[in-house]
Amino acid sequence: MTLLYDTLFNGLAIGSVLVLAALGLAVVFGLMGVINMAHGELMMLGAYSTFVVQNLCKNGPLEALFPIYILIAIPVAFLVSGLAGLLLEKTVIRRLYGRPLETLLATWGVSLILQQLVRSVSSAFFLGLLLTVALGLLAPRITPATWWKQRWTPLLGTGSWVIAGGVGIALASVLGEVRKLDQPWFSARNLDVTAPLWLRDSLDLGGVTMPTARLFILALTALALIGVSWFLQKSVWGLRIRAVTQNRPMSDCLGIPTEKVDALTFLVGSGLAGVAGVAVTLLGSVGPNLGGNYIVDCFMVVVLGGVGKLLGTVVAALGIGVLSYVIGSGSLLLVWPAMPAGLNEVVTFFATTSMAKVMVFALVVVFLQFRPAGLFPPKGRLVEA
Amino acid sequence: MASPSTSALSSAGGGSPTGFLRRWLPWILLIAAALILPSVLPPFRLNLLGRFLSLGIVALGIDLIWGFTGMLSLGQGIFFALGGYALGMHLQLTSLQPGQLPEFFGLYGVKELPAFWQPFNSAVFTFFCLWILPALVAGVLGFLVFRNRIKGVYFSILTQAALLVFFNFFNGQQKLINGTNGLKTDTARIFGALVGSDAMQRNLFWVTLLLVVLSWLLCRWLTRGRFGDALIAIRDDEPRLRFTGYNPTAYKTLVFAIAGAMAGVSGALYTVQSGIISPQYMAVPFSIEMVIWVAVGGRGTLIGAILGAVVINYAKSLISEQLPETWLFIQGGLFLLVVTALPDGLVGWWTQGGPARILAMVGIAPLAPTYPEIDFDPAVQAEAETVQSDASPGGSV
Repeated sequence: MTLLYDTLFNGLAIGSVLVLAALGLAVVFGLMGVINMAHGELMMLGAYSTFVVQNLCKNGPLEALFPIYILIAIPVAFLVSGLAGLLLEKTVIRRLYGRPLETLLATWGVSLILQQLVRSVSSAFFLGLLLTVALGLLAPRITPATWWKQRWTPLLGTGSWVIAGGVGIALASVLGEVRKLDQPWFSARNLDVTAPLWLRDSLDLGGVTMPTARLFILALTALALIGVSWFLQKSVWGLRIRAVTQNRPMSDCLGIPTEKVDALTFLVGSGLAGVAGVAVTLLGSVGPNLGGNYIVDCFMVVVLGGVGKLLGTVVAALGIGVLSYVIGSGSLLLVWPAMPAGLNEVVTFFATTSMAKVMVFALVVVFLQFRPAGLFPPKGRLVEA
Repeated sequence: MASPSTSALSSAGGGSPTGFLRRWLPWILLIAAALILPSVLPPFRLNLLGRFLSLGIVALGIDLIWGFTGMLSLGQGIFFALGGYALGMHLQLTSLQPGQLPEFFGLYGVKELPAFWQPFNSAVFTFFCLWILPALVAGVLGFLVFRNRIKGVYFSILTQAALLVFFNFFNGQQKLINGTNGLKTDTARIFGALVGSDAMQRNLFWVTLLLVVLSWLLCRWLTRGRFGDALIAIRDDEPRLRFTGYNPTAYKTLVFAIAGAMAGVSGALYTVQSGIISPQYMAVPFSIEMVIWVAVGGRGTLIGAILGAVVINYAKSLISEQLPETWLFIQGGLFLLVVTALPDGLVGWWTQGGPARILAMVGIAPLAPTYPEIDFDPAVQAEAETVQSDASPGGSV
């Protein structure tokens, strides 16, 4: 019985991180049909925001807040990742609507840039970047207006950004001579976020020891779920989001501002990735490659759960979590010690974390043979696009 | 960019010198590179060029399934690495005395050669295995997916998941195939010569070049004629093709298997030229990189796939030597640039009058004459509108 609880709890704990991570992805995918490969990197941004908040609270004027810094980090991470996502939507994804495969590639490019950004960002780098953006945006203002009505204006537009980039790089390399400015903020190393004391404890519930960090993640996931479903079901913008998800052209005709809906959804989805990033810091160290560890799992959750239903995401994520734990820990052997030798060998063969992933993904592919549209396919018949 | 009336489109490959250049410049570049560089480059650079040329074959395969058939596979690394492993295992076995085991088995206490290694003693078996095995895996995987009409982004994600499955499997199995460390092929012998020697690498370069040309011919043969038409029809409107009485599943499975076989050949060539095969070839980023080679070169143009693979990889190796930390920025920027500004890639841009448009913008080249009334023709405008509404979001997923 204890074993059952133990398995269930650990599986739930793995699954709840997946729910949190996949939630934002699923909302965005359901609405826009866009797979955001940079979702993992938005999680990473959330994790780094947690690190920054922790450092501010560790030794500074905010020292008194250290025990609850993680609660402060949640809205901060939501905002940082959400704004990054909003920027991504406004600059890149907006241009690619209706081209899902191209969007996938473009967001992958963004994820590469974000990864390298956190590795190499230093004060000099940051100032250079700031100058580039400022110059690029101001270029139309500081040059004669007639320049922007010529045949060669497109070249000027590109050229001004190239020049701005050059100036930014020059500034960054000049400032880079100063040792203090050249220090990378985070560097490529993995950073450790120290959880407050109460999150390093564990609770004893009915004979099962549960780390409070895991419980905290469970609670955070439950809260996020409640929040998102309230937002989607009860608020005006949630109603609009659902309308656009169901039928975009019709919603557009009825006066729903679909562009705003898209931007808002992307902001919320990316913000949720940030919250997931906060949760992830409790499980391990924070590094530039953090996103890559979760992203494919999140995709599997979205594919398995089907589009447009939160319940599908939750069931799929928890299912994958519990299954991974059961297979990976080989706890079947404990339940059924007398299993035939052949089966025993198979179970032992898959009883590592990575081999469990092999098994689970294979099972998902098999499952999709029977239910190609996922666990909870939309009702009714759809015209194939 | 340019309004329709200023566009400098004219039929590609006409009799004029610019038309000739427009059509053949990518070829001239490639042939010149292949003929001149071997006698100019030092062995190290030549070896790099050979590797990148071999990557051109997997890029050709991706062009077949993505550029022509519209299926974006993010899992070509599976087939690439399977081909590499087939050859790697054979090379491990050929350099042994009878009764000996490859060295790494000793580390994990394996006393007997695993059964699936046995056939790789035979060179003939290996030769067939390195492309038939990836083709089979691709065929089975493709059939299971295509049968259920899973496509678009779902297909991409599933291929990526499959890639991760294979990666984890190969990465975790030390006792079977040396896990993370991979198999070294440098010190093995092939036809009596050391694989890592300069002379052998030069021969391998020529073999690679030959195979690139052969694969290009194969792809050209496939994409012209009815088969190619069917592929393009699948890309553009699959339901319509199905309603006309074709079975898209068969075509898609077949072309996916062919691309898998090409990836296998490419992986084998890459393995012997880089000296090692490891699960890193199945890492998620590498397979997505393969897609970007095709995108930068020009999807739907076969020569573009090869050019893209060679140029990007060469640039990568040069830049990574000088400024390692900038490469990811450049690569990420390439993804964004190609997708937003150059949807047809460099070759597409070149053959469709891109340079002329730029010259026209700065007023050097005269604007190509076009019929002004085309822009005002109601039929043309109606078509432009339908094209726009088709491209609107939510229209197709």
